[in-house]
Amino acid sequence: MDSAHSAHSHTHAHDHDHDHDHGHDEHHELGFWQKYIFSTDHKVIGVQYGITALLFLFFGFVLMMMMRWQLAYPGHAMPIVGKFLYKILGPSMVGVEPDQMVNGVMVAKGNPGVMMPDLYNSFGAMHGTIMVFLAIVPLAFGAFGNFVTPLQIGAPDMTFPRVNMVSYQFYFWGGVIMLASFFIPGGAAKSGWTSYSPLATVADAHVPNGQTFWIIGMVFLITSSLLGAVNFITTIIQLRAKGLSWMRLPFFVWAQFVTAFLLLLAFPPLEAAGVLQLMDNLLGTSFFLPTGLVVAGQASVVSGGGSPLLWQHLFWFLGHPEVYVLILPAMGIVTEIIANNTRKPIWGYRSMVYAAMVIGFLSFIVWAHHMYLTGMGTRIATFFQTTTMMISIPSVIILTALFISLWGGSIRFNTPMLFALAFLPMFGIGGLTGLPLGFNASDIHLHDTYYVIAHFHYIVAPGTIFGLFAGIYYWYPKITGRFMSETWGKVHFTLSFIFMNLLFMPMFIQGMEGMSRRMYDGGTFYLGTDQVHGLSNWVIGLNRNISMAAWALGLAQIPFIVNFFYSINNGKKITNDNPWGATTLEWQTPTPPPHGNFEKPIEVFRGPYEYSVPGHVTDYTTQNEPDKHSHGNPVRS
Amino acid sequence: MEIPYAVKPRPDTGLYNAKVGIWLFLASEVMLFGALFSSYILLRVGAPAGTWPHHWLNVILGMINTIVLIASSVTVVLSWASLKMGQFGRYRVFQAITLLCALTFMLIKSFEYRDKFNHYEFQLKDGSVVDGHVDWEKTTAKVPKWIPFKLSGEGKIVVEHANVISKYPTTAENHAQLMEGPAPLSKEAKEAEERPEKEIEVSQVKAFSNYGPWHNTYTAIYFTLTGLHALHVVGGAIVIFMIWGPLAGVYRKDPVRYTNRVEVSGLFWHLVDLVWIFLFPVLYLL
Repeated sequence: MDSAHSAHSHTHAHDHDHDHDHGHDEHHELGFWQKYIFSTDHKVIGVQYGITALLFLFFGFVLMMMMRWQLAYPGHAMPIVGKFLYKILGPSMVGVEPDQMVNGVMVAKGNPGVMMPDLYNSFGAMHGTIMVFLAIVPLAFGAFGNFVTPLQIGAPDMTFPRVNMVSYQFYFWGGVIMLASFFIPGGAAKSGWTSYSPLATVADAHVPNGQTFWIIGMVFLITSSLLGAVNFITTIIQLRAKGLSWMRLPFFVWAQFVTAFLLLLAFPPLEAAGVLQLMDNLLGTSFFLPTGLVVAGQASVVSGGGSPLLWQHLFWFLGHPEVYVLILPAMGIVTEIIANNTRKPIWGYRSMVYAAMVIGFLSFIVWAHHMYLTGMGTRIATFFQTTTMMISIPSVIILTALFISLWGGSIRFNTPMLFALAFLPMFGIGGLTGLPLGFNASDIHLHDTYYVIAHFHYIVAPGTIFGLFAGIYYWYPKITGRFMSETWGKVHFTLSFIFMNLLFMPMFIQGMEGMSRRMYDGGTFYLGTDQVHGLSNWVIGLNRNISMAAWALGLAQIPFIVNFFYSINNGKKITNDNPWGATTLEWQTPTPPPHGNFEKPIEVFRGPYEYSVPGHVTDYTTQNEPDKHSHGNPVRS
Repeated sequence: MEIPYAVKPRPDTGLYNAKVGIWLFLASEVMLFGALFSSYILLRVGAPAGTWPHHWLNVILGMINTIVLIASSVTVVLSWASLKMGQFGRYRVFQAITLLCALTFMLIKSFEYRDKFNHYEFQLKDGSVVDGHVDWEKTTAKVPKWIPFKLSGEGKIVVEHANVISKYPTTAENHAQLMEGPAPLSKEAKEAEERPEKEIEVSQVKAFSNYGPWHNTYTAIYFTLTGLHALHVVGGAIVIFMIWGPLAGVYRKDPVRYTNRVEVSGLFWHLVDLVWIFLFPVLYLL
């Protein structure tokens, strides 16, 4: 964005003349490609990640809105998009409504646009994949991490700017491969975002198929986050400004730091698994295909000897740390915003830092709680049950510290703060409902039901995504120099908050009533004949309520989208570089920050959250403000 | 704008940026190969008793490759030490040896791979199994080396030193014989110096494949592990070569930066070596 300004107005470029004495790069007129597409500036890359990830977030949500139609009205043609999908995806994916008896007369309805099972499965698998790997992680880690982390540690850029650029390119092309897979014969991957073998290998008869594309796309995405993770950790270790000791780092940076380690160490096993599944898929190996595999009633011609459980182990070894990759950056964002808007220090900063580290460590030894129903021994199950219960402790510590931080603050209820505040109970609901899933006894009943869907969506959707929205509203002025509209922000928040809950709360009920996830017809096949057997009409009927809430949630994003684009040129201008009165270093730069970020090397004298220090002129003391009385002393937080 | 500590170490960490970066990258590599080794263990433990193949690989060749790679790790260190002492010429020589070692390793590896792709197992319609290397000069049928393994038309296949097992599906004994590879030569056969070759008609063959990754889980994990390792050898060698040759001019302009590059590429090379030190016993000896 910063380069956008200097590109369009010559006068603006002159405003930054004072930047020239510490760098020569500004003198080169970079071409369009170098400036926006292959930029090595962490801020441009952050914005690239942000825009791309928001587009994927929207696309992933659209997939789900279409699936919700099928769940609410199984077998009926989709309105609005039905005919269009019929044209581009063909009759094997999108069907025509069957003829119907109306008053004893056969009526040909003939409306095209019925979602076929294969398409439903594709959309389901791709919704999960896109949301996790192409939307939330790139937004939380790629976008916010890239833009904010170097600024908050007083660094001129990432340690490896070109690696950073390559990382974005890998992400982008991984996304393109994923999207392209919708249009190949057989459609996109349709074995769930978990891609369990052998289903993933045998779902399509021909190769290459959607699953092949999925694996290759994943290898791109894994490479991207691997390069990103190395870059982030090195940057945080090496480029902290003078005086910025570890315990003076903003919690956001700590969250990104732990997240980067999770990505660094958890993704390679999935890459290994991807390679093995690709070999199964293309080269006829049997890593995950057992001896005597029967597909569609036919003995399969595979060499056999493989282990389907192996895939699950490798997948969930990534899969569980991935959950904390999703949540930790959001916790970091929320912490910044809560400190800023309560105008007081974060309570228990050190405990939060240690809790984040403990989460990082424990997240590597809980993975098999996703696999209680695979017939594992009780001792193994007990081990993973214990570690799962243990990992809830540091999560609760962080949440508690944030709640206590609110105590006695004079809270500013602006849009970022509203989202940040909503994050706390929403994440709380998501976390607490996870406990019955962590106990293997209760998990037997709840496994693979809508209860699970409700649980992890509470963490990721009203949890993480609210945290990300908070971050967008909070850092928007730093990027563009203008605020987003508060009024429309509050409309966006209120509606999103209401419909998020209307969307996910009923799923807990459906799940506890026994409705299995991944059912194409929304469970109507299991409609009970009496009160004891099958699903009740009421439980299945909830599908419509949920779908209505999902579509309403989609509409509720319109204020955000309009606000987001409208405010770039028309939002309220900021009056100084630190419009929120924040303490951390990213606000001590010009707006938008120039190439190289800081006008002169910055030095840090205090902790990250010195708000309302008695006797100070303002109610915030920036980290780089020299302390006359106790020069350089570490500040208790 | 210049990134701090790109060349000189940061005082409190004592490291320059790329060194932190490469160690982190190596950590992820350990996780990658760790996952594959774990897969190996799980597949091997999960195989029915007595069915995991042994001695399918040539230990002598593996041993030579092990020595070659360890030697290359030594020369990498020596070349870096030479640079530290400002002896650019010596660095060049040592690193040239490293590159030669990499080339030797890949040559031997490709020879081993080729052998596996020429090694076939034919299940015949009468229930017997013929196992051995195809003599391509005498063979008239079109035998594919790659999936899918289908025969068409007419012709004969000639298998050298054929190991013939009379019954398939195997009894435990037959299975053991098959898994052990060609049985040790009997006294008479030793006198004749080789087992007779075996001729098969295309029409006799029920199913077949060569010893590529598709053959069984052992060859699958063997090709995956060594293939991925070989990619690392090639990648590492290319980087070392680039620094050694085309980018050598950097040494005159910025010797510290150049030495750092050699150190970082050397660290990676050690990992490649280390992975092989685990691969050799796991695949060749155990």
